[in-house]
Amino acid sequence: MFSEFPLLSLIIWLPILGGIAVLINGDNNPWARPLSLLVSAATFVASLGLYIGFDSASYQMQFVEQAPWIKSFDINYFLGVDGFSVPLIILTSFSTLLVVVAGWEVIKDRVSHYMAAFLIMEGLMIAVFSALDAILFYVFFEAMLIPLFLVIGIWGGPNRVYATIKFFLYTLFGSVFLLVALLYLHHVSGSFSILAFHDVSLSMAQQTLLFLAFLIAFAVKIPMWPVHTWLPDAHVEAPTGGSVILAAITLKIGGYGLLRFALPITPDASMALDWFVISLSLIAIVYIGFVALVQSDLKKLIAYSSIAHMGFVTLGLFIVFRIFANSATGSGAELAIEGAMIQMISHGFIAAAMFLSVGVLYDRMHTREISAYGGVINTMPVFGGFAVFFAMANAGLPGTSGFVGEFMVILAAFQANFWFAFLAATTLILGAAYTLWMVKRVMFGDVANDEVAKLTDINQREFIMLASLAVIVLAIGLWPAPLTDVMHSSVEHLLTQISQSKL
Amino acid sequence: MMFEVSNMSFALPEIFMLVMACVILLVLAIRGEKGINSIYVLSQLSLIATAIIIYQSISSGSGLSFDGTYIKDTLSNVLKLAICLINVFVLLYASSYLKARSLFKGEFYVLALFSTLGMMIMASAYHFLTLYLGLELMSLCLYAMVAMQRDSGVATEAAMKYFILGALASGMLLYGMSIIYGITGSLAIADIAHALQTQQIDKTVLSFGLVFLLIGIGFKLGAVPFHMWLPDVYHGAPTAMTLFIATAPKIAAFAMAIRLLVDGLGEGQAYWQDMAIMLSVLSMIIGNVVAIAQTNLKRMLAYSTISHVGFILLGVLSGTAQGYSAAMFYVLVYSLMSLGGFGMIILMSRQGFEADNIDDFKGLSQRSPWFALMMLILMFSMAGIPPLAGFYAKFAVINSIVEVGLVPIAIIAVVMSVIGAFYYLRLIKVMYFDKPIDHNALEAPKDMQIAISVNALLVLALGISPGALMAICATTFS
Repeated sequence: MFSEFPLLSLIIWLPILGGIAVLINGDNNPWARPLSLLVSAATFVASLGLYIGFDSASYQMQFVEQAPWIKSFDINYFLGVDGFSVPLIILTSFSTLLVVVAGWEVIKDRVSHYMAAFLIMEGLMIAVFSALDAILFYVFFEAMLIPLFLVIGIWGGPNRVYATIKFFLYTLFGSVFLLVALLYLHHVSGSFSILAFHDVSLSMAQQTLLFLAFLIAFAVKIPMWPVHTWLPDAHVEAPTGGSVILAAITLKIGGYGLLRFALPITPDASMALDWFVISLSLIAIVYIGFVALVQSDLKKLIAYSSIAHMGFVTLGLFIVFRIFANSATGSGAELAIEGAMIQMISHGFIAAAMFLSVGVLYDRMHTREISAYGGVINTMPVFGGFAVFFAMANAGLPGTSGFVGEFMVILAAFQANFWFAFLAATTLILGAAYTLWMVKRVMFGDVANDEVAKLTDINQREFIMLASLAVIVLAIGLWPAPLTDVMHSSVEHLLTQISQSKL
Repeated sequence: MMFEVSNMSFALPEIFMLVMACVILLVLAIRGEKGINSIYVLSQLSLIATAIIIYQSISSGSGLSFDGTYIKDTLSNVLKLAICLINVFVLLYASSYLKARSLFKGEFYVLALFSTLGMMIMASAYHFLTLYLGLELMSLCLYAMVAMQRDSGVATEAAMKYFILGALASGMLLYGMSIIYGITGSLAIADIAHALQTQQIDKTVLSFGLVFLLIGIGFKLGAVPFHMWLPDVYHGAPTAMTLFIATAPKIAAFAMAIRLLVDGLGEGQAYWQDMAIMLSVLSMIIGNVVAIAQTNLKRMLAYSTISHVGFILLGVLSGTAQGYSAAMFYVLVYSLMSLGGFGMIILMSRQGFEADNIDDFKGLSQRSPWFALMMLILMFSMAGIPPLAGFYAKFAVINSIVEVGLVPIAIIAVVMSVIGAFYYLRLIKVMYFDKPIDHNALEAPKDMQIAISVNALLVLALGISPGALMAICATTFS
């Protein structure tokens, strides 16, 4: 039933067309908010269809749609999903739903533009995760920048122009190399199909250059140290919704890109240069952890913690080569990739929750300075409960989703090299340190000032938002099997792809 | 000289245009400035009618006529059609600007039509002399147009610069042509191509001649280091004239480049390719970097033109049919975007207010969300961000040079387009993130507002499905 129906097209174009409809409706229309909610809820429900209809026993692309798009360029409208994309697509549609709910009362200026930007972006991001034609991927990958650029620039904080232009140029700079790489691969393979790219054989020199192009493009997006500096700026200035999407989805596109392009297309170069990526990942985990410790701005702290957490993703993806080198069976490689994937999904939910929590505080106090807060839990007990829970999840408390991914990657890292595991494991200390210290300063203690004393607890809308996230974080933490099952065959397939030399 | 009557039909659009230009000149002479409105309508009708004639004639075969000096092929048909249609928009945009500045005179339309005729001849010329005649007809009209605002010092200066440098370029071009004539013994492009294939040609002299041809082409396109006239003329000329210069003449210059370098001297590609790479890379670098420092929008768009010319040359220098069609796609998309960009400046301007500073666009999204969106589309398209037409233009040329193995050049091109993105973003920032200083409503007439919207939406539509136009460009060079 599902294989016939163009479900992917539906969940790509429904939000885009819905966004345009909201935009045309205009600001004065009371329907802007309900319509956005309806569209994003419908998209979320439809995207669950992917999970239900997905055959997790197969690594093949599913829900495939193929039609010629631009014949003279050999570009096809070629969509399909595997075990990697399905969870990310659901994460996307869920996050957008949250953003719409989060902006419900908070956004008063140009509401229809705001909602439309996020709905259109949702469609574009889902398309990025499901595109199997390289240029289709690139088009959506780039087009996504436009709404996010406007969101940060229009609804952002005081320094928003600097932040949004920096964000745009950084990511554009990374991605143009991707374009050249894709064109070159077309030159070599005669097709723009990503699946055809996976099968083309390439020399070491070709692979190295292609790998570097992929790495630049996706490292900026993830972001990896040292090209991460746009992220704290963008996060600090972005409105809550922008931060949520940035942290929950766009960073994941970087990780997804490495999975989809770098590892299967250039396995030999990835192996040869794995030391480089692993070093950068470990620097991100350790050094950025320390940087996060000294932040005085709530959003900046979470932004740095995001970079550190994404370090686990890249670490998990690239230690597999070391694991293969250490043992012929490659036991632990699966754990590494799955750990990286779970880390991505879990970070999507936790970071979204953290930014939403900051948003809740910011809406009331209009400041993100940690020093302006203190003893919030006295005046906002319910919110305080959620915030402490999410902070624990961010620090990797067992039983929450934050623990699962990190633990799997650390466990796998032991198979690669003891010191990798040792350095990665410092996050258990550092992460706990910066998160708990922040919680202590913001939440606990005596009521710091009159403003905090006047705070009112979260309303029903905010409660639903945070509660749903808390349930998911707990569910993945306690029972990650549904998530790992869906990606299992795809992970195995990826491992066979990268263990075969393409030289 | 004998020629069959059927051959005349190949030049029917040009003949029609010539007749109409003369008729309009007569109307001007008889009615004087009282007949200005009828002259405007008549000019528009002539352009549309010419476009229809060209469209009708597409199916009537192609070939050479007038003793091999004139060609009708897909390239000439498509380019001429584009020139006429773009000029319809140009005249429409220009009229509201001219009316507000007491420049709404019959001369402008006569010059515009003769200039269009020159461009059409350039697109169809298959002989060095025909090409040169077309070029001069176009250029002389442009010089006069720039100088039309007699009491403006800046405009006069721009016209002088344009004239002197343009004449110098024409001289270079003629010198190059004479050298090519010297080694091949012919001025007809077909014969030159034949001679290069069959005879032993002294390659040193050939490349010597090529240098001058390329200088001429570089001047007309505005490629670095022959770009110095371009910012001054774009800035100094009244915006309506800038709009005219910045759009259709680029298509004609592209036609000239293809006729000379590909049709005529395609065999010498090994010799001109390196020179073209220099021009192209320098144009992309200088154009994009210098544009960042501009505060005047017309000047900024002038430097952005220079960088776009670099991209167009990239397609030409690849030396493959794919590259030529990519360059053709680029030049068509570019003139559409440039049309919209300068059109927006005219839309924003009113009597006594030029709106040509970047700051004049401050807060446009609050004054007029719709036109801010249109400008946003145009700017993101110029920056080459998908899903807009400008992306596929860049995509096509970069694809064509990657295919011939010039990957380092491709990397320079994409890096430069990132630098270019900065100044387009700055304009969007000004429109969307800044507060308006000017709270006046836009005064432009309705027809112009509709035309600008069509213009920008066309850029978006071409971005979503560029297939049809690209297919036309591909068949042109197959």
